[in-house]
Amino acid sequence: MSTVNNNNTDFEVRSLDAMCVNEEEVKTPGWHNLKYLAFGVLFGIILIKSEVVSWFRIQEMFRLQSFHMFGVIGSAVVVGAISVFLIKKFKIKTINGETILLPNKTFNKGQIYGGLIFGFGWAMTGACPGPLFAQLGYGAAAVSVTILMATVGTWVYGKLREKLPH
Amino acid sequence: MTVIELIKQPWPWYVAGPLIGLMVPALLIFGNKTFGISSSLRHVCAACVPAKIPFFSYDWKKEIWNLFFVFGIFLGGILAAMFFKNEAAILLNADLVIELSTYGVNDTSGLIPADLFSWSSLGTLRGFVLMVLGGFLVGFGTRYAGGCTSGHAIMGLSNLQLPSLIATISFMAGGFIMANLILPYILSL
Repeated sequence: MSTVNNNNTDFEVRSLDAMCVNEEEVKTPGWHNLKYLAFGVLFGIILIKSEVVSWFRIQEMFRLQSFHMFGVIGSAVVVGAISVFLIKKFKIKTINGETILLPNKTFNKGQIYGGLIFGFGWAMTGACPGPLFAQLGYGAAAVSVTILMATVGTWVYGKLREKLPH
Repeated sequence: MTVIELIKQPWPWYVAGPLIGLMVPALLIFGNKTFGISSSLRHVCAACVPAKIPFFSYDWKKEIWNLFFVFGIFLGGILAAMFFKNEAAILLNADLVIELSTYGVNDTSGLIPADLFSWSSLGTLRGFVLMVLGGFLVGFGTRYAGGCTSGHAIMGLSNLQLPSLIATISFMAGGFIMANLILPYILSL
């Protein structure tokens, strides 16, 4: 990790991450990004209406006092897994006719250390990154502080990355 | 009951969960994108304060779709508040309500406790710890783990990735430790 430089870091770093390795080869105009805005709006409404963004629901989950969050995440994974299975089995293409890429993730210890750290933050703020943006939109203006600090946390990780065990 | 009234009710898990799961094929089919949210914070760092750090030295404009998606979530929150707001308080586990009342968290009507997350509580020690330190841990931890609930727990598990299962177990373990063993001390501050 310590030998990365600006020339070769792009793919190396991107491939370590949850996303970013696949991009459309077909050039589309910038306004096509509005489809992601639309999906985001839909997702935001779902997060609010299912009360997944509720700090209280997260506390119930981590105290095993309610099935709600486990039901939401569990059924989301089942539907997502069936979808991915069907996409692979029938080699479904994108609307632009491209092959759908599903990169494999490689294990590193960061998934454990970072996972635990995120778990601490999740139980404290009652929100993972998606719900933070939905809470802010819903009117919890002070959550902007939490989002700003999450961005700072991301930056500090990037700064310390070479020194952390992976 | 009109459709709007139906939408205004809290959505049960078996409606919301499958809809969230459908985000996975929707993003793949409409743009070859894997579902994930926490990376947006990295793109913001890369766009605003890259500071010659290798981790932030990449073409963030290639990932701009993710920022559109996240801005959409924010707009979705606004729209939900404007049109689909449920005025009734959410129904919580009675044990949780009793436990929180011992820490002076009595207002359980909203989505987030006004007693803990507000501009005024930012000036209190426990509010500061929850919002400032909590937010920092969310950003630091998700990036260290390479994803959050969406990228690992939903997208990664849907694609049967073992590293995502390890990450998800770690998220849950961290949450259980914090909520049951550490949070009581923070709420007592």
